Amino acid sequence: MTSLTKLLTWKLGVVIGALLMVSAVAIASSDDDEAPSGRTPKPVIEHGKGDKCVEDEAYMRRNHMKLLMHQRDNTVHNGIRTTKYSLKQCIDCHASQKTGSVIASDENFCVSCHTYAAVKIDCFECHSGKPKAAAAPAAAYFHPIVAPSAKDNQAPANHGLVFGTRPQMAAGSVGITSAGASK
Amino acid sequence: MSEVDQDRRKFIGTGAAALAGITIVPGVMLYDVAHGRAPEEAVTNKIRWGMLVDTTKCATGCNDCVTACNKENGLSGGTKETDSQWIRKVELKDLRGGLIHSLPMMCQHCEEPPCVDVCPTGASFKRADGIVLVDRHICIGCRYCMMACPYKARSFVHEELTTQVPDVPRGKGCVESCTFCVQRVDKGQTTACVEACSNAGHNALLFGDLNDANSEISKRIATVATKEVRADLGLNTGVRYQGI
Repeated sequence: MTSLTKLLTWKLGVVIGALLMVSAVAIASSDDDEAPSGRTPKPVIEHGKGDKCVEDEAYMRRNHMKLLMHQRDNTVHNGIRTTKYSLKQCIDCHASQKTGSVIASDENFCVSCHTYAAVKIDCFECHSGKPKAAAAPAAAYFHPIVAPSAKDNQAPANHGLVFGTRPQMAAGSVGITSAGASK
Repeated sequence: MSEVDQDRRKFIGTGAAALAGITIVPGVMLYDVAHGRAPEEAVTNKIRWGMLVDTTKCATGCNDCVTACNKENGLSGGTKETDSQWIRKVELKDLRGGLIHSLPMMCQHCEEPPCVDVCPTGASFKRADGIVLVDRHICIGCRYCMMACPYKARSFVHEELTTQVPDVPRGKGCVESCTFCVQRVDKGQTTACVEACSNAGHNALLFGDLNDANSEISKRIATVATKEVRADLGLNTGVRYQGI
């Protein structure tokens, strides 16, 4: 009986040892794969058309969802179809050169960041991730910065939004915005 | 001498003001502004969009309005019970006389829409300009509105979609129906079905502002006998039929 227990323990030890070795090798090899991007993985940010976004980059990273939400209600209920903060305009500029979409591959604009931040987006369960085929008049394809409409240009300091943020969130966003502005 | 100068100044001033009135921005003229709405301007109830279907001109067997609708809005074109159909061609036969009427049937854009009354979330709503829509962001897919609609105008999206048109977002789990091609109307264009009908040379469909007494549709309704379908329900539909 004791010899059997001994044998089992011995065999178990070998098995555990082998497993440890295999996992150590796996970890080592995965470390090798990630080595070029440094210690922290970063999302791939494909650059869109035009030089700059409709707002400061830091502001957009934190607040694009609020702008989109505000615009969405204005468009659906009030028929306001300004292009500055519209999802369609985002897609027009940010669609990948390779896939022609913002969601087709893991490296495309929306997907790469949202995967990185682990935030699920359901915009594209309904919205198309591709810009409209170039059938529209050329004027409609100017970036809003390049040819802003009169109203879009006069966006108020709060970007036309009225939204409540928790104090700590507001403080954080202010910090980030000023950091973005200083660079 | 100075008096003459004053007159000249006044004349030039008035001329400049008149010119400025005609041309606001290069390329944007006043007569265009009166027709469409600026993108940043919200819809108002000054306009009520409506459609007139002349069943005497609607051709039996012609399906152009349906095809145009499917193309414009990215619908599959299937006619199964589970497929979205925003507009259907219907044939009515007078059993005694044998006369066959062909007509399109779609959301009637009621002034008192039952679908809006029953919606538990406020997703089904009527826009200020009379277009009845579903806000898919709010729709929970309960389908009460489908049951409430006397015209069977609404469809439910049963399966995931990948072929949406950028202008017309639509997806699984939401109810949808004819939008009077709201994305086109907001640009000052007419609906896809009306365009297709006139392209086919039938001119059975007429789209316009029911509140504007000078619009073609208002003039026709004022001079020709037109009917609402199920007028007994008192919904004051935006779509009217002539010749039924």
